[in-house]
Amino acid sequence: MNNRELHHLSILVLPSLTVFAAFFLLPMARLVTVAGSGDMGAYAYVAFLTTPRYLESLIATVVLSASVTVATLAISVVSGLFLERNRFAGRKILIALITFPLAFPGVVVGFMVIMLAGRQGLIGDITKVLAGDKLVFAYSMAGLFMGYVYFSIPRVVLTIMAAAEKLNPALEEAARSLGASPWLVVKDVILPGLKPALIASGAICFATAMGAFGTAFTLATDIDVLPMTIYTEFTLNANIAMAAALSIVLGLITWVALNAARSLAGSTVAAAG
Amino acid sequence: MISGTSVSLVECAKTFPDGTRALSPLSFEIEDGETVVFLGPSGCGKTTTLRIIAGLESPDPGGRVLFDGEDVTQVPIELRNVGMVFQSYALFPNMNVEQNVAYGLKVRKLPGAESARRVREMLEMMDIVALKDREIDQLSGGQRQRVALARAIAVRPRVLLLDEPLTALDALLRERLRVDIDALLRRLGITAIYVTHDQAEAMALGDRIVVMSHGDVAQVGTPRQIYFQPSNRFVADFIGTMNRVRGFVSNGVVRTDAGTIPWNGQGEEEVEVLFRPENLTITEPERGHLTGVVETAFFLGDRTRVIVRGAGDTVLVVETSDRHEFREGEKVGLIVGPDMLTFPDGEAP
Repeated sequence: MNNRELHHLSILVLPSLTVFAAFFLLPMARLVTVAGSGDMGAYAYVAFLTTPRYLESLIATVVLSASVTVATLAISVVSGLFLERNRFAGRKILIALITFPLAFPGVVVGFMVIMLAGRQGLIGDITKVLAGDKLVFAYSMAGLFMGYVYFSIPRVVLTIMAAAEKLNPALEEAARSLGASPWLVVKDVILPGLKPALIASGAICFATAMGAFGTAFTLATDIDVLPMTIYTEFTLNANIAMAAALSIVLGLITWVALNAARSLAGSTVAAAG
Repeated sequence: MISGTSVSLVECAKTFPDGTRALSPLSFEIEDGETVVFLGPSGCGKTTTLRIIAGLESPDPGGRVLFDGEDVTQVPIELRNVGMVFQSYALFPNMNVEQNVAYGLKVRKLPGAESARRVREMLEMMDIVALKDREIDQLSGGQRQRVALARAIAVRPRVLLLDEPLTALDALLRERLRVDIDALLRRLGITAIYVTHDQAEAMALGDRIVVMSHGDVAQVGTPRQIYFQPSNRFVADFIGTMNRVRGFVSNGVVRTDAGTIPWNGQGEEEVEVLFRPENLTITEPERGHLTGVVETAFFLGDRTRVIVRGAGDTVLVVETSDRHEFREGEKVGLIVGPDMLTFPDGEAP
């Protein structure tokens, strides 16, 4: 590449560099400096380890996001495979309905969880009639879990369906001809075939759950997930430095998880050809 | 090595849910150890037949599939003990060569030592021992199909089912693997059912060939019967190259627009005469049964393929080992050998 071309290319790359700097580099740099400017200085970064409240919040968020990811993948694989392989009346409408929550803000999802499992909710009314006791779990981890799974399914189901369509049916037939039971076919053929899609959509699901705020804000009266903790530090306690440090920690953990998933997917793709 | 299983199809028809008839009721016996080739153009029902035998499709109610006289119609494929080889190889990409071959043995929970011994035997038989630790994406098409064959026969299936196994390979590999498959089938003595649209493959491999067309059996016979005595025009046209000339039979000759061909038959009727390229001899115009003009000639080395115009309704294809260099526009005579066939004119093809 000669100098002249390099010159042209650097002009062409300038707009994206500007956007990158304005919307990513500068805010991140600012966040880092703000995080270090509090009473604790750079120790704000380790505060989440030493302060039980932050650590609990972090662990709760990771556990919640991981279990939401696992549950969402399990539900989506079953329903995605079913929707891809069966043609029935109303199939298209059903797919459209399943993808409907994509448009909902987190607050609406939280509101729906309350209507289902809140103090005036459907589940509460039914359990009162049946058992005489109201079952209310909307404002707990269970409610949050339900809400997160609900808004995660559409993203994952669509990816799984696209991947399932590309599976070679002859592979399953070959496995069956060799004596594999339906369960073995799932374990040895279908799941390995879907692995790249599972990892990719699982990573997105995990990252979304880690950072979800609206639903948590609506429901979380007695739970602290990390985005809620950041919000509380920022608005109520005016501890801006701590909020910034926690934000960076949240970002880093999610980023590490996504990268781990990507390298795992990469090796799978290389092995599968 | 593997004891053969006889296969019987009894009134097996297949109608798909959308109402298309893929297969008219078919009854057919395959002897143990026999290699039967189902041959026909795409959509003729050959693959459907194979899938019914495999257990991947069930025949319409009333149809039955028997293995050694035992009704297996309701037995799912995983319990039928059949070996399958696919056009797309269908090797498991998440397993290496050895694991692929061992898969059926693993499913059957064969003890490790016995399984390893059997895998080794299969790899040796297919000449792929050196590839045993390779990943599937590191193999060529020919190697993949060898692995697929090894995987299918490792479980000692009752019947080996091959669905266009050579179609995805290039010509040279196809020829080599075909020879190897032929040797393998003879050596194992296994009952094999082979589906293809390639008549050369069918001729080379089949003890018997079932030619199919539009869900019906057009003819069943040995490769020689199919080639030399096609029982209808579809078979005659589908197998090899066939020339056709219309004419009128009377007094031991067939009169055509381009000349008169001797014929050892009775009766008087409009007929269509069919003969193969190698059945024609080129001679001087005045000595031939038919006369025509050379349109083009392709020199193939050991022989020359000459396209002759004006001797029939369509051009005639002649193959000759004559060293003469045929030129466009050259007038030639054609002698029709005795191995010609006649069909009453107007018979449905």
